[in-house]
This record gives sequence, structure tokens and C-alpha cells, in this order.
Amino acid sequence: MSKPTDLVQGTLALLILKVIALEPAHGWAIAQRIRQISGDVLQVGTGALYPALHRLEQNGWIRAEWAVSDNNRRARYYALTAAGRKALQRESSEWERLSAAITLVVRAV
Amino acid sequence: MGASLGRHHFGSEGRLAVRLLDILKLRLRALLFRSRVESELDEEIRYHLERDMEEHVARGLDPREARLAALRGLRDVEQRREECRDARGWSFTENAAKDVRFALRQLRRDKEFAATAVLMLALGIASSTAIFAFVDAALLQPLPYRDPLRLVGVYERLEPQCRWCNLSWPDYLDWKRLNNTLEDLELYQRSGWRMSAAGGAVAVRGARVSAGFFSLLGVQPSFGRLFQSGEDQPKAPRTALLSYSAWRTHFGGRADILGQTVILDQLPYVVIGVLPASFHFAPVGAAELWVPFQAQSECDLRRGCHSSYGLGRLKPGVSVEAALANFAAIAAQLERQYPDTNRDQGANVRLLSEAIVGQIRPILLVLLAGATLLLLIAFTDVTGLLLVRAEWRQREMAVRAALGASTGRLMAQLGTEAAVLVSAATLLGIAGAHLLMRTLPALLPEDLLSKLPFLAQLHWSPRLALFVAAIAISAALLFAVAPNLLRWRPQIVASLAEGSRGSAGTAWRRLGAKLVVTEIATAAVLLIGAGLLSQSLHNLLRVHLGLRPDNLVTLEVAAPATTYSTGAKALTLTRDLLDRATSLPGVQSAGLAANGSPLTHNGNTTWIRVLGRPWHGEHIDVPERDVTPGYFSTLGAKLLQGRFFSDTDDSSHPKVAIINLAFARRHFPGQNPIGQLIGQPSADPAPVQVVGVVDDIRQGPLDEEIPPFLYKPLLQSPDTYISLVARTDQDPGALLPALSTQIRSLDPEIITMRGATMQRQIGASESAFLRRLTAYLAAGFALLALLLAVVGLYGVIAYSVSQRTREIGVRMALGATATGVYAMIFRQAAWLAALGIAAGLAAGAGAARFLRSLLFGVTPWDPVTLGAIAVLLAAAAAMACFIPARRAATVNPVEALRSE
Repeated sequence: MSKPTDLVQGTLALLILKVIALEPAHGWAIAQRIRQISGDVLQVGTGALYPALHRLEQNGWIRAEWAVSDNNRRARYYALTAAGRKALQRESSEWERLSAAITLVVRAV
Repeated sequence: MGASLGRHHFGSEGRLAVRLLDILKLRLRALLFRSRVESELDEEIRYHLERDMEEHVARGLDPREARLAALRGLRDVEQRREECRDARGWSFTENAAKDVRFALRQLRRDKEFAATAVLMLALGIASSTAIFAFVDAALLQPLPYRDPLRLVGVYERLEPQCRWCNLSWPDYLDWKRLNNTLEDLELYQRSGWRMSAAGGAVAVRGARVSAGFFSLLGVQPSFGRLFQSGEDQPKAPRTALLSYSAWRTHFGGRADILGQTVILDQLPYVVIGVLPASFHFAPVGAAELWVPFQAQSECDLRRGCHSSYGLGRLKPGVSVEAALANFAAIAAQLERQYPDTNRDQGANVRLLSEAIVGQIRPILLVLLAGATLLLLIAFTDVTGLLLVRAEWRQREMAVRAALGASTGRLMAQLGTEAAVLVSAATLLGIAGAHLLMRTLPALLPEDLLSKLPFLAQLHWSPRLALFVAAIAISAALLFAVAPNLLRWRPQIVASLAEGSRGSAGTAWRRLGAKLVVTEIATAAVLLIGAGLLSQSLHNLLRVHLGLRPDNLVTLEVAAPATTYSTGAKALTLTRDLLDRATSLPGVQSAGLAANGSPLTHNGNTTWIRVLGRPWHGEHIDVPERDVTPGYFSTLGAKLLQGRFFSDTDDSSHPKVAIINLAFARRHFPGQNPIGQLIGQPSADPAPVQVVGVVDDIRQGPLDEEIPPFLYKPLLQSPDTYISLVARTDQDPGALLPALSTQIRSLDPEIITMRGATMQRQIGASESAFLRRLTAYLAAGFALLALLLAVVGLYGVIAYSVSQRTREIGVRMALGATATGVYAMIFRQAAWLAALGIAAGLAAGAGAARFLRSLLFGVTPWDPVTLGAIAVLLAAAAAMACFIPARRAATVNPVEALRSE
């Protein structure tokens, strides 16, 4: 059974936080931006995205509110909270550490 | 944030609080506005769908295809929703409702299991809650007085025979004046009067108290006023307070009662107030009237005449021990000051609550222990049932786990089932407890209820509710955890494999066996307690009485002391009473005694010394009873030596006495008591000659040793308060009303009280009653426990047989006989039962030592009781496994082998 994400556990949260750190965005836009920035490598399915968003909201890392979107329809916009900003810092440095370590191993072998 | 320095300082903490608050708000919103949150989720996902569609269209897809593509992307919308819900944590309430519905469906499918489990639990909850209601009312609720923990009873002490003994008025005055540990010391004396009424005199019960008695307790009158200081002085006008019930019954609740006069023993008293309906003072029982002490009788004024009790209030911070030391010192001082009267008179102090409930505390605790054990067995039984069920459902659970149910969800489901079971059982248990709380007090004798009226009005206190809640919660936790424990052990895959129930069966067999051993042992403990208590009751009711109790009645008679004031008049009264009683058809013989009926000795004692021996001022305190010549023969008492009293033993002849066997053994060992002289321990001994020795007659409680007793002729010192005994040649109970009428026809001012047959008196006596109550309730618990243990054993064996059907089939196919199969099953059960019985006997004999205060004539390790219980349990165990064993023995090997 495919579990919420094919990404490494926890990285989706990091991606979402990073994307909305620039500016608040709605779910669809977040998925789009992740895809675009990653050069179509990372495709976030709805099945992973929305549960992750709701979990982050529960954690108090992001805040949601309804606003009018670029195409003049109501959409739920997610923005970073102060706690989320801290979490982002923590997660990114953790990621740096981890990916550097993995790179070291991969190159060495 | 952080605009000012101060706020900035607390910034991080503040943010944390805000965050927590936000999260809380979110969760609350999810819980409270479910539909709104749900529709927002819908809208959000719809928005996503539409944007996806637009993009597909923009890339040149046909709108219909674009929609399909978008939907493919949004595979299984429902699944996504579910995950979002899980992420939000609101699935909890929704799942809970689903689980409850599911649990109900499951339980309905397995009605027998559900009914058995609920009934057993309800039984345990009802009995333990009802017993706890008694414990709560008697031992935990504070007494209904002001600051009750500082109230103490103050007594004189005469070791060894009288530890909580009466106090004399002159000693009381000195104690009150000299002590420095009590805020206040007051006095009360149980009393009774003949109250003149329209149709002749009636008996009223009450108490004489010192003036500050009620204010010490902190009681306010319902209306009117309390006694004022000085009103207990001999010269003060006579006043009286009515109890609320006396005001209603004797005076019809009339509003103008204040200032009315009541005539008590022919003296007028003015009613000054009515006490509240809720007021009671256990040490004096159901008192109807209260009057100030007003010491003026000969006994009141004599330091050696002990008739009352002290009631004190400790100063703040003073302990009972400190007060005791204080009063012991005062008593020692008075002993030096008044050696004639106060020799060996110590002092004693205890909490008032101890004085009131001290006697029933061990009984209640024993009953509570019994109820708890029963509850324990019920818990064990239900746990066993749940485990068996979990075992059966192993495969169902494995399938559901394989289909994607998380461990948490499965646990929650089992937990819900437990909660549903426990809720049903608790509701039923509460109803049962309520019923028991209504009916059980009716089993208590009136005498006890009049002393402890709060036992008659058991109610649901917060403590009781807490007790039930604690049981319910621990039961729910236990039953939720137990099947889950089993679930974790065997592998899911193994359970799914065909025919693999055998391995899991072993796991249950081991655990179930332990449970059953525990149950049998617990039942054994309860049975031992019940057995020892009934043995004690049996012994008590067959204790040496020194009289023949059948066809014997007793009746107390009080004549106005003012009418029969002189010795001659009282003597005439004595003779008239005897004539009246014996002339009644059906009465064979009658006797009179002053100082109470057999079995109810009122504690009147006299001081004596044996004349003709060196004497240094010491005195011997012996109970005394003045009796008529026919008294002993009417009781059926045995004369051992000398003679009984005769009609000529009156004031015109020398003073004589009869002693009992205990007296002769104690004071005349190896001597002939006849002809010995007994006298008062004073300068003028007034010698009395011993003319007879009578067998020990039980004049006091059944469970105490009969003390040395002194009998004197009533004709030599007649009295107006007399106890009559009569032997009848017909049903003694039926004769009582006629006897009463016959005596009152002598003078309507004479009252008769407490008419009873001797058999009834023995049965209703406090020592017998308390043991009977305990024995009956303990026997009830023990039988229920036995039943539950048998059900438990049956369950284990039956389950094991059902699991081993194939094995048994193989054995039989290979030539095992039915007898051999029987033997195999019985061996398994016998092993469990033997373990349980052995553990139970050891634990029971140990636990029975706590019963010691209630045991009578039997040791805690009484071999007969222990042996009988071992046999009983073994027989019950054999019965429990007979049915499964027969089923095993009749297994058809062909079918058994085909079945799996």
C-alpha cells in the first residue's frame, strides 16, 4: 500500500514549510511550486499534501485562512507561524546534515 | 510582539501559550463544528480538483477527460478525507460512536457471554457498594456535631473488669475542675421514667445531662431553648427538653408545647424546648426526654455510686493521650484523697466516635473485606471470559489487522467493548446496591438502629459515588488491557494459518489456569471466614446458660417509687406481683429480681470483702442481684451446695446471700463457702452469711466469661424497679400480653417494659446478633464466591476440552477408553483445584486471625472447618468439570478428526 509520500519521511513537511515561507499559498499552488522548483522531479499527490497540511496546522506550525485566489475564487491559504519558522530552521539544518552525510557515504562507496 | 521591554522578556513563553491556545482552539473547532470543518475540507479539495482540471484543459484536454484525469489524481477522495480527519485528530469522537455501535452488535451476537459477564460484575459492584455504604455511614462520615474530632468520652476505669466505666457525680465535679486538657466536660446518664398520661403511666426513655451538654455538642433546638447554666443545680426549677419524635408521638406535635408540664415519676417538669429531628446521641440510644442532672438522690451524691458518663471537648491541639494522662493523674490524686471510695478507680478517655462505632468497626471491615474478595472473583471471572473471547476472535482480529486496521484502532475497539460491558454492569450494580441499601438496614435489630440511626438512612454520598466510579474505571481498564495483552503475543500470520488455534490455546490455558487457581483460593478464603463465623455463632448459641431457656419469659416492671416508698409497702408490692403472676393460667412459677433480667445485666455492682481475713482497705467489686425465693427454680438453675432463699429470708431474719460457682472458686478455693461471712469494705461490715452456691447463670453477654456473682434476697431489700421471670406451660410469647395486663391491673401507674421470651433474648442479644449478621452476610458472599469460582473452573475446563477435541479424537481412535478420557480431564481439573484449595486454606487461616475478635470458641485454624471447606471445594470442582469431561468422553473420533 502506498503510504502518504514517496519522499523521505518528514521531508514533505520541510518542503511545504519552505514554499510558504516565501509567501502564503493554497494547497494546489504549494503542490505546483514544489513541482516547478524541483524541475518536475518531486510530484506531491493530493493524498499526501492535504493530510500533511492538516497535520502541520495541528502542530501549530502553519495557520490557514480563507482568501480570494488569483483566479478570483475562495481558497484556503496557508501561512507560516512563528513556531513554524523555527521548525523550518531546525528541519532545514537537519536536512543539510542528513543529505551531506548521505552524499558522503554515496560518494565514498 | 516584543513592543515593550517587559513583554519581550517573556516573549518565548507568551508565544508558547498562544500556540497552545491556538491548537486547543483548532481541536475544539474540529470537535464542536464538525460539519463546518468537514465542508471546508470538501471545498478545499474541490478547489484543488478544479485547478487541476483547468490546467488539463489549458494543456488542450477535453473538459470531460480533464475531469477524469483530475479525478485520477485525486484517487480515492474519501481515503484522503479520512487521512485528513486522522491528521486533525477528530476521528476520535466519530470512531468512538462507531466502536460503541460495533461493541453492542458484538455483545448482542454473544448474548450468553455478555449476560454472564454483566451479571457477575453487577453482583460484585452491588454487594461491595452496599457494604461500603454502611462503612461510609458508620466509619467515614463525621458525627453530626460541631467539630466532632475533638469530642471525647471520659470514663472511670476499673481494671480488669470495667475499662469504660461509669463516673460518679462528685468525681465528675472534681474532674471538671481539675483538668487542663479539655475545653469543657459535661455529664450524661441514661435514664427512664414513668410518664403520667391519660390512660395510665407510659414508659419513656431519656437521659439526665449537665447543663452545658447540648452546647458542647453544638446542637441548636428546633424551637424553644436549651438548658442554661445553673439549671442542673438541685434547687433549680425542673425543666425538660423533648426529642422531635417524642414531641410528635406523645404530644401530637402541638405548637403550644413550650411551658407545658410533664409528670415524670410523679414530679412535674416544664418543657422548655424541642430538639431537631436529626439529633441523636448514640450512647443513650433513642432518648425521648432530656432533663438537667440536678444531683440530689443518695446515689447522685455518693462518690462511690457510679452512674454516669463524661463527654468532653479537647482543647485545640491536645491529643487523646494527653487528656488521658491528665485524667489519670487526677484520678490518682482523688484516690489518695478519698481512699474509701476511689481505691483502684482510674480514668479513661477515648474519641466519641470510637465509643459509638468502635464495636461495629471490626464487623464492617470484615464485611467490606468479604465484599472486596467477591468483587475480585467477579473481576477474575470476567477477565477469564474476555480472554477466552479474545482467543476465539484471534482470527477475526488478524483479518482486520491485515485489512489495514491499525493496532490503535483494534485496541480502541476492545477497549470500547470493555467500557460497554462495564457501563451496563455498573448501572445494574448501582440499582442493586440501591435496593440493598434500602433492605439491609431492616435486618438490623431495632436496638442497634436506635443507637446508630444513621445506619437506617444509607444514602448516596459523594464518597460512595467515588467508590463506584473507582471500581468501574479499574474494571474498564483491566478488561480493556487484558484481551490486548493476549493479542500482542501470537503472531498475526500464525493466527491466520489454518488450524493453528492450538498454540494460542496453550497460552490461554496457562493464563486461565492461573486465574482459576486465584479464584478458587479466594473462594476458599471467604468460605473459611464464613465457616469460622457460623461455627462461632453455633458455639455462642450453645454456650453454658445455667438456665433452661425454653418456656421462659422476662418482663420488666416499674412501680412509682413515691407510692411504694416505705419498705413495708414495697414488700407488699413484691408479694402482690408474685401472686398476680403465678395466678395467671399458663404460668407455672415466677420469680422477681432487682437489677435486671438474665443476659442483660445492667452493671450494678457492689463492693464486698470476705470477713475473717486480714483486710487493708481493698475491696472486691462484684455484680449483685436481689431475687425472690422462686427465682432460681423458675430459671431452672442448679443448686450446687447449701440452699436457695426461702420466704423467711426477710427483714426480720439474719441477712443471707447465695454465691455462684465462679464466686466460690475465686474467693473460697478449697474451702466450704457455706457459712462464710461477707461484708462491706468499711468499718461497719454489716455481715451477710453465704447459705448456698448456685451454678453459674448467664446474667451478662453470651461471649464473656461469667464473673463471680452475688445474690441476695429481694425480700430483705425490696425495690420498685423489678424484673420478672416466669416459666410457662404453653407458648411463652403468647402469654406476654396477658401477663402485662395482669400486672398493670394491680395499679395503672405501674408500667411494664421489654417483655420477651428467653429464647428471643438469646437470639437478639448483641453478641449473638452481631455474629449472626456477620456470619450470614459472609456466608452469602462465600456462596456467591463458590458459584463464581465453579463457573470459572467450568469455563477453563470446557474451553480446554473444546480446544482439544481433535487431540481427544486421535487418542480415542488410538484406543483410549472413555474412562481414560474422564480421568485425563479430571486430572487437569483436580490439579487446578488442589492448587487453589491449598493456597486458599493457607491464606484463609492467615486472614482469619483478623477475625479473632469475632470468633468464639473456635481457633482461626480450626481443622474441622478447614477440612470441611477443602472437601466442599473439591466436590464443587468435581461438579464443575463433570459436564466438560462427559463431553470429552463422548467425542466421536471420526467427527472430531473431520471437524478441523
